Amino acid sequence: MANTYYEFKPYNVGRWVIWGLYALILACAPLVFTSSLSHTMLSQMGIAIIVCLSYNMLLGQGGMLSFGHAVYSGMGAFLAMHTLNLVTKGQWPLPVSLLPLVGGVAAMLFAVVLGWVTTKKSATTFAMITLGVGELVWASALMFPEFFGGEGGISGNRVTGAKPWGITFGPQVQLYYLIALYTFVCTAAMFAFTRTPLGRMLNAVRDNPERVEFVGYNTQMVRYIAFVVAAFFAGVSGGLAALNFEIVTAEVVGGQRSGAYLLFTFLGGATFFFGPIIGAVLMVLAFVLLSEFTKAWLLYLGLTFLFMVMFAPGGIASLVMMNLRVASFGRLRELWVSYLGLGVTGLSALAGAGAMIEMVYHLKLNAALGPELRFMGVPLHAQSVDSWFGAGFLLVTGVLLFELARREYVRQWGETQEFIEKEIKRREMLI
Amino acid sequence: MEFFTISLLNGISYGLLLFMLSAGLTLIFSMMGVLNFAHASFYMLGAYFAYSVTELVGFWPALLLAPLGVGALGALFERYCLRRVHAFGHVPELLITFGLSFIVLEMVQLVWGTSSVDYRVPAELSGPLFTLYGTQFPLYRGFMMAVAIVMLLALWLMLTRTRIGLVIQAALTHPETVEALGHNVPRIFMGVFGGGAALAGLAGVIGGNAFVTEPGMAATVGSVIFVVVVVGGMGSLAGAFIASLLIGTIQTFAVGIDTSLVSVLSALGWQIGPDAPGYALWKLKVSQVAPVLPYVFLVLMLIFRPKGLLGTREE
Repeated sequence: MANTYYEFKPYNVGRWVIWGLYALILACAPLVFTSSLSHTMLSQMGIAIIVCLSYNMLLGQGGMLSFGHAVYSGMGAFLAMHTLNLVTKGQWPLPVSLLPLVGGVAAMLFAVVLGWVTTKKSATTFAMITLGVGELVWASALMFPEFFGGEGGISGNRVTGAKPWGITFGPQVQLYYLIALYTFVCTAAMFAFTRTPLGRMLNAVRDNPERVEFVGYNTQMVRYIAFVVAAFFAGVSGGLAALNFEIVTAEVVGGQRSGAYLLFTFLGGATFFFGPIIGAVLMVLAFVLLSEFTKAWLLYLGLTFLFMVMFAPGGIASLVMMNLRVASFGRLRELWVSYLGLGVTGLSALAGAGAMIEMVYHLKLNAALGPELRFMGVPLHAQSVDSWFGAGFLLVTGVLLFELARREYVRQWGETQEFIEKEIKRREMLI
Repeated sequence: MEFFTISLLNGISYGLLLFMLSAGLTLIFSMMGVLNFAHASFYMLGAYFAYSVTELVGFWPALLLAPLGVGALGALFERYCLRRVHAFGHVPELLITFGLSFIVLEMVQLVWGTSSVDYRVPAELSGPLFTLYGTQFPLYRGFMMAVAIVMLLALWLMLTRTRIGLVIQAALTHPETVEALGHNVPRIFMGVFGGGAALAGLAGVIGGNAFVTEPGMAATVGSVIFVVVVVGGMGSLAGAFIASLLIGTIQTFAVGIDTSLVSVLSALGWQIGPDAPGYALWKLKVSQVAPVLPYVFLVLMLIFRPKGLLGTREE
């Protein structure tokens, strides 16, 4: 239908730039980080990005706190693995690159059944039911070793089937590019979903379900459809994970996996679309690197999570966006001294606390190795007063100075925000 | 008959233990709207505290001191963490207790090690209570039931017959009015949270030596008490009581029954071979299905009676 009036439609330059950069990062990352460890990690990051974004479809956009999202990514992984084995046996001529879609469709079918029960309720009851369904699937995983492979899991070989243009997915880089392609397409599709009427309705259901019902929508139906769609993307990521690791064990449907999705989606920031991407990258870094560096990584993770919930409930994404807002009004430059102060004092406090935690863990777990340990390049002696005093001193001074810096920063931040509010009012007056 | 009676008694004692846990959870939930994910962690802490106190001064002081310690920790957590998050809404509140459960697990593993500790039933409580059809019923099981029933009565009397209980009940439904009458509602919240944690701790003290005291004990019981709370109806104490007994007995019975559909059908003269479709499902023994039963029960409940056994509100 042709419009009879002129409509000004500017190109959304910012959006093109951001998506272009995203594609560029996905394409260039393996060229910058060339070691095989980083290729494995990048592949895992791509998988994690899809699943965290799909989780945020529930948590951030629908206000549904799920404790059983791993059920869908895990079932996707299992079904994709079984399909892969069928392909290897020659019973099903399917290209390997389409297996993640098989995982997605399988997870979607599971969500069609299980989600019907789950989405009957919202809020806290929803959380408990997802927990129950998660436990149900996890417990059945041990009951049906024929399907879940028991303790050892199911393994397969991804180098099989047709090889178009010589792509076998044998080398990790080839698989990475498949994952990167899926990551980009899925991210775009999930972003597009937030722009559809259904996506908007989902936000409305999150914010005010009662009013949505009065308008004439069935809130349960909206939640149900969103749940199924989210499960599809989770299944795609599960299928990619099956191809990546070439083994699927029962723990991929377990509660711990679901908990990790929740934790890192929240850490990244559930209120913004891009938050879970940050969370997913952090998740892989924490699981692969942090667990190598220190035995106390779960404690650090729990403490970080606790402090984030208490002081920055919007996650890292909200911190970024708040500072971007200040920057867009040209006031970020005044804050950098405060940030430097906060950073230095905060880091010294963290170093002190970290040294003490490491010493406790060392005494408890590695007593046989003697009392010496190295923490961030500093030799420590876990049974000497010197090390404990040094760490304690660092912690106490760090905390005290951090508090001073924080007060100054809060004052400055308040002033800046006041300025921005005034500026917004002034601009409104001009129009 | 012997199997039936002993299983019933065991089931009831397990159900009463579940109720001690879910009572605190339900109280906290109905009062503050907070689903306390760390509740099972308090249960675990109670068991470990009791183990340490028993090593030092004996079991009977531990029965008092460990719940008090756990309750104090719970109250402190409410005061300094949970209250701060209260303004952000229910999801962050739930998440912060989720984070706490991680930290408690790590701390427990750090202090007491990753394997189970040797927390035993005290000598004066070991031994049989009575012998029924040739099977002994342990004295300690009876003690567990007695403690749970005493606690249940005390809780009920306190909530309905005392002034404190009245204020708590009023604060449940009309916090603003109670505040206007001069009561410190945040402090009541702190007390209820601490009290709920102490109940979980008490359950840990008497449950830890009846079962195993290990870092995984919070996870094994954690999701079951959530099932209890949902099945009983969110926020209903009486519902939680019925649901705990029901789930406790169902699970205990199922563990003891060693038949499968195949054996039942073959007794009826209908043979099913390994190549029948869905044989994996047919050959499952009831005892193998036992861990899933609470969750199946939960799903069935949600389909046929979504508000729970005695729940009043439909969300």
